[in-house]
Amino acid sequence: MAVVFEPTKGLLDVPTHYCPGCTHGIIHRLVAESLEELGVIDKTIGVAPVGCSVLAYNYFACDMHEAAHGRAPAVATGIKRSLPDSVVFTYQGDGDLAAIGTAEIVHAAARGEKITTIFVNNCIYGMTGGQMAPTTLPGQVTETSPYGRDVKLQGHPIRVSEMLSTLDGAVYVERVSVDSVANVLKAKKAIKKAFELQIEGKGFTFVEVLSICPTNWGLSPRESIKWLQDNMIPYYPLGVKKDITQQEVK
Amino acid sequence: MAKRVSLSGNEAVAFGMKQINPDVVAAFPITPSTEVPQYFSQFVANGQVDTEFVPVESEHSAMSACLGAAAAGGRVMTATASAGLALMWEMLYVGASMRTPLVLAVTNRALSGPINIHNDHSDTMGARDSGWIQLYSESAQEAYDNLIQAVRIGEHKDVQLPVMVCYDGFITSHAVENLEMLEDADVKNFVGENRIAPYALLGKEPMSMGPLDLPNHYFEHKRLQAEAMKNAKNVILEVAAEYEKLSGRKYSFFEEYKMEDAEAAIVVINSTAGTAKYVVDNLRAQGKKVGLIKIRVFRPFPAEEIAKALKNVKAVAIMDKLDGFSASGGPLFNEVRSAMYGVADGKIVTSYIYGLGGRDVTSVNIEKVYSDLFSAIETGKYEVYNYLGVRE
Ligand SMILES: Cc1ncc(C[n+]2csc(CCOP(=O)(O)OP(=O)(O)O)c2C)c(N)n1
Ligand code: SF4
Repeated sequence: MAVVFEPTKGLLDVPTHYCPGCTHGIIHRLVAESLEELGVIDKTIGVAPVGCSVLAYNYFACDMHEAAHGRAPAVATGIKRSLPDSVVFTYQGDGDLAAIGTAEIVHAAARGEKITTIFVNNCIYGMTGGQMAPTTLPGQVTETSPYGRDVKLQGHPIRVSEMLSTLDGAVYVERVSVDSVANVLKAKKAIKKAFELQIEGKGFTFVEVLSICPTNWGLSPRESIKWLQDNMIPYYPLGVKKDITQQEVK
Repeated sequence: MAKRVSLSGNEAVAFGMKQINPDVVAAFPITPSTEVPQYFSQFVANGQVDTEFVPVESEHSAMSACLGAAAAGGRVMTATASAGLALMWEMLYVGASMRTPLVLAVTNRALSGPINIHNDHSDTMGARDSGWIQLYSESAQEAYDNLIQAVRIGEHKDVQLPVMVCYDGFITSHAVENLEMLEDADVKNFVGENRIAPYALLGKEPMSMGPLDLPNHYFEHKRLQAEAMKNAKNVILEVAAEYEKLSGRKYSFFEEYKMEDAEAAIVVINSTAGTAKYVVDNLRAQGKKVGLIKIRVFRPFPAEEIAKALKNVKAVAIMDKLDGFSASGGPLFNEVRSAMYGVADGKIVTSYIYGLGGRDVTSVNIEKVYSDLFSAIETGKYEVYNYLGVRE
């Protein structure tokens, strides 16, 4: 029988700890395939966050560094400055990146660090059991907003991609989603492009991936995908927010 | 009338906070403390408390917001653990020096690295010199009782210091125990409706909080802070006596368990005391003269009282659930041994580092410590620095 599909060499052949239906796994695969296709697995260093992907170092086939909560972009900065020919990425959730690590991501982008950040936005703190995150949507029920996020009390969600795209050091910023086959393919293209631009030495690249958390949203994986489509995409519009290689900037 | 309830340590603390009804709680979640702000945010959402709850973006901001709220005269509480406490570090010192009373519930968890979510005391023990009062708790009951007393201790006019209430992550925070809760009205009465802040922003006098303090006054500032910590000793006992009248439960600087005629004793903090008491009972049944001291108040350190309590033992093992990396024993060991100097001289004093990163501590481990002590008494031969339950 002809082999039509093989698992990527960018991931180790081990089971992951993610909940059934969680899209962290798909995003891992897209990162790993991109690194494999670009032939850089051996010169890549990934920085894992604190959050559900804290154990990402067990899954990626490249060298990995586990950072303290929120500090991944600063750690990645140090790694890249020390090994300028390496390919360095951070993989961070919205609590890690948009709450406790807001300063690190903003300043890594502002300095134009030649690293790639994969930002997994699932509108919640997954690992600690579903508390409100800065990205939690207005009205969204979480453990710390049991009657829905009230923007008068708890403020408004942060659109991180739009915010970072205002910084001159960021060369490529795109928001993608993994809710459908078509969007998974687009997400793959974006992630690969982010790594390509890093390898070309262009500057800071950032891909925000809208992701689901069935466990803490209290929905089935199928319902979660629908919830993402109906609620997240309208608030967090998909698309390129900045691309210095293109004339037209949205 | 007190109510008998079955609660986890985190629930007991969250319910205690509900009864205290603070003005402001600013918090960021971290295992195994997360449930405390989480339950509390639900009381806020249900309108069961009058508190402003702020789900801030990090612990550094949590403690900063708490200090701001306390500087404005509010009664303030929060909760954290491990790396969360570490991220508060800068503000811990600031809070103590600004003399802002507030209560921080800490579920003790090992400090990174390596990253670990289980219990030891490296987090709060690292903060022992930050100027905070530290109360430790063997059980959910003690965590609850300490929390309520902490408000009064910290806010006392002679003290005006922040207080940490510490209890073991998972072991105490997540295990469900039977305990006694006070009536809401009794708690309210005990802590008082509002904090009476002698100094606060927009208070009686014009005020700047946290200003620069150079060589001219910094030293005097610190000297006053040290005096407040000394004053806390009396206040802790006064508050405990009043609390005993209300609850029937007796608290002091430490608990002495079967120490009257003990020849071999151990000194220990938090939940391990429960295991150790079981061992003491068993060894006593065999006629062995063993006892235990469980520290409740580590800051201020009750040096004279501990030395006195150890005056009649032949040998004592001091147990630290963290390694201070001093190459000469853990912090509890060093402070107790130094307290004994000149008061309880000529004893065998040994250090045991145990239970790091959640390594289980069983009665067999504790029996070994007592048996080491008896062998030291009999032979005069012993190791001062020991690691308990580690693979070497
Ligand atoms: C200093 C510090 N504070 C808090 C925590 C607790 N903590 C662990 S994971 C997490 C939230 C992670 O959420 P997110 O980044 O959205 O990732 P997800 O789990 O949803 O993938 C928090 C608050 C910590 N580990 N360190
Ligand atoms: S808790 Fe949520 S984000 Fe974490 S693995 Fe489970 S589904 Fe995924």
